[in-house]
Amino acid sequence: MSDQEYTPKSKFGKWFNDRLPLLSLASHLTDYPTPKNLNYWWTFGGILTFCLITQIVTGLTLAMHYIAHADMAFESVEHIMRDVNYGWLIRYIHANGASMFFLAVYIHIFRSLFYGSYKSPREIIWILGIIIYLLMMAAAFMGYVLPWGQMSFWGATVITNLFSAIPLVGEGIVTWLWGGYSVDNPTLTRFFTLHYLIPFLILGLVVLHIWALHVPGNNNPVGIDIKKPSKDTVPFHPYIVIKDGFALLMFMIVFAFFVFYTPNILGHADNYIEADPLVTPAHIVPEWYLLPFYAILRSVPDKLLGVVAMLSAILILAALPWLDTSKIRSAVFRPLYKQFYWILVADVLILGYVGAMPAEGLYLLIARVATAYYFLHFLVILPVLGLKERTLPVPISITEPVLGGSLNLATAKNKESFNNK
Amino acid sequence: MAEKKTNRRDFLFTATYAVGAVGVGATVWPMIDQMNPDASVKALASTEVDVSSVTPGNTITVLWRGKPVFIRRRTQEEIAEAKSVKLEDLKDPQKDEERAKDPEWLVMLGVCTHLGCVPLDQKGDYNGWFCPCHGSHYDISGRIRKGPAPTNMEVPKYEFVNSNTIKIG
Repeated sequence: MSDQEYTPKSKFGKWFNDRLPLLSLASHLTDYPTPKNLNYWWTFGGILTFCLITQIVTGLTLAMHYIAHADMAFESVEHIMRDVNYGWLIRYIHANGASMFFLAVYIHIFRSLFYGSYKSPREIIWILGIIIYLLMMAAAFMGYVLPWGQMSFWGATVITNLFSAIPLVGEGIVTWLWGGYSVDNPTLTRFFTLHYLIPFLILGLVVLHIWALHVPGNNNPVGIDIKKPSKDTVPFHPYIVIKDGFALLMFMIVFAFFVFYTPNILGHADNYIEADPLVTPAHIVPEWYLLPFYAILRSVPDKLLGVVAMLSAILILAALPWLDTSKIRSAVFRPLYKQFYWILVADVLILGYVGAMPAEGLYLLIARVATAYYFLHFLVILPVLGLKERTLPVPISITEPVLGGSLNLATAKNKESFNNK
Repeated sequence: MAEKKTNRRDFLFTATYAVGAVGVGATVWPMIDQMNPDASVKALASTEVDVSSVTPGNTITVLWRGKPVFIRRRTQEEIAEAKSVKLEDLKDPQKDEERAKDPEWLVMLGVCTHLGCVPLDQKGDYNGWFCPCHGSHYDISGRIRKGPAPTNMEVPKYEFVNSNTIKIG
């Protein structure tokens, strides 16, 4: 990295930095050379950091008023909503913040899929990201249980029962998770503990995620390796800071719209009914951000295989750097991949839609086709496409297509890469 | 380092690792086992239910160990229907006699064996129970007939204390 030789100007700064190189770190972060062609899809990393901090801060304040007990949890949430000063605001930010977090993370993931950011040498960044995503789902699920409403209770029952599909030890694991013979007070208190813990685990993983990012540097819309620093890069501060800041403001407008104008639209009315172990709500659905996986679970008529399919759908992402055999990163230069990419986006949206619908008739058929296609995309289409696809010529630098006129002009000199596969 | 032969130091290393592993295991186990059902949860193991007010063709639901238990007083037609089902038609073959000691009384956990929802009474394609969560159909003996659930609804340990009282657990 270029900032190794940084020395603070003041005598004290030098004294301090020799003992704890925080100023070197700050200098690295401000000067960090960033590709100059990053578009707005690249601002979601910063937005996600904002989401994490928001959830931690609002979560800490809610924990000052919330009571993790099966007899008092529901009332304490109503107490937060009605009695605590600005309690309604803090809780609505926290509840909608979870949805905003997932909205941002899905855009972040699909940006990576489009521009091939998961490919060598960024596999570790990608896998760390998948682990963060899994922890986010765990945190969101357990957080949803805490208000102890009907959806909390039955969501917890259904999700923990997924483990009962494991042969032989499944029932024992479920009893262990519950701390009893059904979801009850012991389950609530441990979920609260873990819900409190996980965001800090995520924070630690985010540090590793960014650390791993700063080794090769950012990918970029053209997807080529660049020299750093060079005329292809700009320093992170002020260029990227300002751009990320502007995008964050736009994102906060959307966030505020949900919090102030329609704070319950992403939730379920059933969760304003206190948990009742004798009555299951007529229509159980998870939060919107888990719907595609829920659709995959329901599309398989066998209990164990359904659970396996659902978990595979997430874990298959971790193998993506090796399933995609193409050396070209950006979909801009992969005409066929670009089409399959959008089909995948549509496929996931369809899965999300049917996941919210009853699992019967036409919906079930659609869910099955979409589930099959999801796995087909990763296990067949991507490996074969990398070997067969005729990619477009890739420019030799970022600057050439930007300053040197059209893309084709820049790449004319680089014809040998035309049939590179 | 080319020639490797076992000496006293290798033995000490192996013995240290072994004792260390046992120590770690013994320390971790209480941390894991504390999550299992505690003594107070286990103490609520049985419930007595007065069933004198249940008329034929009706089901009552009682709570046992935090879970609903269905107690249905079946009509003669329902008993005949439950007994007439051929075992080949069942996903989890079980005779009605094995499920109901007294054919008039069906006692079972009201928990769908798929993912734990409470099935609805007198719904579904087999005049028994229907789970609204993921569409499992059970017959009038609580046996799984259609849908993702793998097994019949569980029959808990129960006994008739007298003709009006059932003790579950």
